[in-house]
Amino acid sequence: MGIEYLYPEFEVHRNFDRCIKCRVCERQCSEGVHFYDAEDDIMRADESKCVDCQRCVTMCPTRALKIVKTENTFRPNHNWHQDTIEEIYRQATSGGALLSSMGNPKDYPSYWDRILLNASQVTNPSIDPLREPMETKVFLGKKPHDLEFDSHGEVISKLPPQIELELPVMFSAMSFGALSENAHKSLARAATACGTCYNTGEGGLNKSLYPYGPNTIVQVASGRFGVHEDYLKAGCAIEIKMGQGAKPGIGGHLPGRKIGPKVAETRMIPEGSDAISPAPHHDIYSIEDLRQLVYSLKEATNYEKPVIVKIAAVHNVAAIASGIARSGADIIAIDGFRGGTGAAPTRIRDNVGIPIELALAAVDQRLRDEKIRNDISIVVGGSIRSSADVVKAIALGADACYIGTAALIALGCHLCRQCQRGLCNWGIATQREDLCRRLNPDIGTEHLINLLTAWNNEIKEMMGGMGINSIEALRGNRLMLRGVGMTEKELEILGIKHAGE
Amino acid sequence: MLKKEGEIRIPSGCAISGIIDRTGRRSINGRTIVDSIAVMHDRSNGLGGGFAGYGIYPDYADSYAFHVFYDDLKARQETERYLDRYFDVVNMSRIPVRPNRNVVDAPLIWRYFVNPLFNRIQEDRGEIDEKKFIVDTVFYVNTYIDGAYIFSSGKNMGIFKGVGYPEDIGDFYKLEDYDAYCWTAHGRYPTNTPGWWGGCHPFALLDHSVVHNGEISSYDANRRYIEMFGYKCNLLTDTEVITYIIDYLKRKKGFDYEDIAKIIAAPFWEEIDRMPEKEARKMKLLRNTYSSLLITGPFSIICGFDHGLMALNDRLKLRSMVAGEKDEVVYIASEEAAIRRICPDIDGIWAPRGGEPIIVHASKEAM
Repeated sequence: MGIEYLYPEFEVHRNFDRCIKCRVCERQCSEGVHFYDAEDDIMRADESKCVDCQRCVTMCPTRALKIVKTENTFRPNHNWHQDTIEEIYRQATSGGALLSSMGNPKDYPSYWDRILLNASQVTNPSIDPLREPMETKVFLGKKPHDLEFDSHGEVISKLPPQIELELPVMFSAMSFGALSENAHKSLARAATACGTCYNTGEGGLNKSLYPYGPNTIVQVASGRFGVHEDYLKAGCAIEIKMGQGAKPGIGGHLPGRKIGPKVAETRMIPEGSDAISPAPHHDIYSIEDLRQLVYSLKEATNYEKPVIVKIAAVHNVAAIASGIARSGADIIAIDGFRGGTGAAPTRIRDNVGIPIELALAAVDQRLRDEKIRNDISIVVGGSIRSSADVVKAIALGADACYIGTAALIALGCHLCRQCQRGLCNWGIATQREDLCRRLNPDIGTEHLINLLTAWNNEIKEMMGGMGINSIEALRGNRLMLRGVGMTEKELEILGIKHAGE
Repeated sequence: MLKKEGEIRIPSGCAISGIIDRTGRRSINGRTIVDSIAVMHDRSNGLGGGFAGYGIYPDYADSYAFHVFYDDLKARQETERYLDRYFDVVNMSRIPVRPNRNVVDAPLIWRYFVNPLFNRIQEDRGEIDEKKFIVDTVFYVNTYIDGAYIFSSGKNMGIFKGVGYPEDIGDFYKLEDYDAYCWTAHGRYPTNTPGWWGGCHPFALLDHSVVHNGEISSYDANRRYIEMFGYKCNLLTDTEVITYIIDYLKRKKGFDYEDIAKIIAAPFWEEIDRMPEKEARKMKLLRNTYSSLLITGPFSIICGFDHGLMALNDRLKLRSMVAGEKDEVVYIASEEAAIRRICPDIDGIWAPRGGEPIIVHASKEAM
């Protein structure tokens, strides 16, 4: 063995007193870690294959298993971390770009965790959501500039197309292909049950999910996979994906082995062919081209659907958002640098883009400075991890949030970050029939509904504590936020005060 | 040193009272409103009291009446230079006051009756709406002239306010010398203020004056919205932002007070769902379009305007407010005692529900 040998990152600890050799672990592991040694009548493990997905641990009936990070280590070095060295070994022996999945795991600051919420004391009452109405309904889309009434005071004006949500949380774009059919089904059903939306991602929409159309956002991305007239008309809104937080500036790649008959049909490409989305849209090289696409899509759908433009949070995000707000788009979705993905080049995932908190604050303020905030709604995603993150995002200025990773975790994802391999043991990010069956869409739906219900209740509790009984009075209400441990510049960008001020 | 209003956001509790004669006759002496608000002494803490009177300047009914606080002579000279350039100053004088031992540190308080000089204004500003120019003048003086503060800018109405208990402020300004068809009053219980006269209430812009009791939890959402339309929330007080919202919806958007109440204290969605279809459609449109002008948290307000007033509670009715009527005069106050003090034999005092406005118009015939 040469430098390509890397000691396994995880060790499989098996308690042989507990192990009954039922071989469940072996059957459950798509990576092929566990195997039965008949000669010695014992279960063994090839730890080099283990990705720490926790499937075997979860399924073991006798709790005989645990996965432990190995203690084997290179000589510690604060500059040259073990991963860094190992990645160089990998590249030196393969010549390839490194691939990763899910969101940026690096130790960058989380601004959500440095923002604290307010609560009422004495001078105004907190409101108990169990006793008083507490409203989390939101409408996404343009607001009319002026309302017109006839001489009898009857409204003449009509609302521009909007999305009506019962709570300010939607499932973000994840394609059928990247996700299994059962995962998609769970998202579609849960969105419908909760009065919110899920998003097809760039994978088209399988006919079987058309009935969930009123709660479906259909995406148009640079590869245009699965885009046709019925598809555009099937959803409640259309999202143009310009970028994604996990991989700003680059396109996508769904490998041919994930393109089975159903994925192929939905994407409208031959079975087994790679689905490659280019980095830019080849008809959008500037903002005025975006405007043409926005209006092409509106034209194709009789101006009945709001159009979302999704971008990654990058340095110049405020100016870009201003351009988008003037492009005719109804909603802008901004995806932070922590956003997840089914596959991204590691260097891009870990080094490109900016935190969503700062991007959101900058965009909201910029649109207000330009007096065009009412022309567009803001949706943010890219590591919204809890209802508290949602409340903070809305107080910073968002209309609603997208959650991707959190939804997948509710479906069973353990964040082993190996989606790109297509061997997801939880039946989420895979197309292998036997693995897909592991995700029961009825249970998946229930878990997602539970998650959204729990979050919505928590959002109401936090709002009530602040004395706010409607989510619109929270939107952009930055006085409800205080920073801890931030520099003046950070506070200035976020537009909030420091705790104690 | 304590920061003053505008440098820091200061929440306050309060007492409010309002009286209006539907006939439009100037039948209500200033003494009456002082007596009413004085009953609620314990709802204020001596850090602010004030009054708005409508119909008090019949001799100058067509001129804008500017009431101005000055810290010093320099501020006054600078302000008067500005006023002289753009206005015909019909009358100017110190506002008559009487010393009151509980009212201290009073600024210089001046009153100007002015008519805009349109040719001069147009030379500098191009075509401009008269009211817009008055608003711009108020913002300009209050923002850029150090030590000057215009706190009243309507026609045939005036604000009288200062640091102290409202009954002392009323005495200080000699309110018994004024007769009005409508009065509103405010006693303030701020939690933190250095006692700056400009920070007291009522807060007014043009004919709109607002007295408010409460602490709105939607403040920053409302502020950041309304600032998109040329308003500057200099004082960081609830009352200021509420005044601007009402001014925006009335003057710039042309809504009537019923609709304004529906926007700022909107019905809950579940109530809207139960409304008849037409009404529901209109309500949905209003609430959706002006979602950022919804005011949450406790408030009771009385908004005075030319020949009328509107009283409104937040939609959960988190602040007390009662109303009654006798002989064409409508009374509104934080507490029933404040009404009974000035109209002992009144019947049928009721508590309007949360979000349900009381809108009273006074006849213009009587003037």
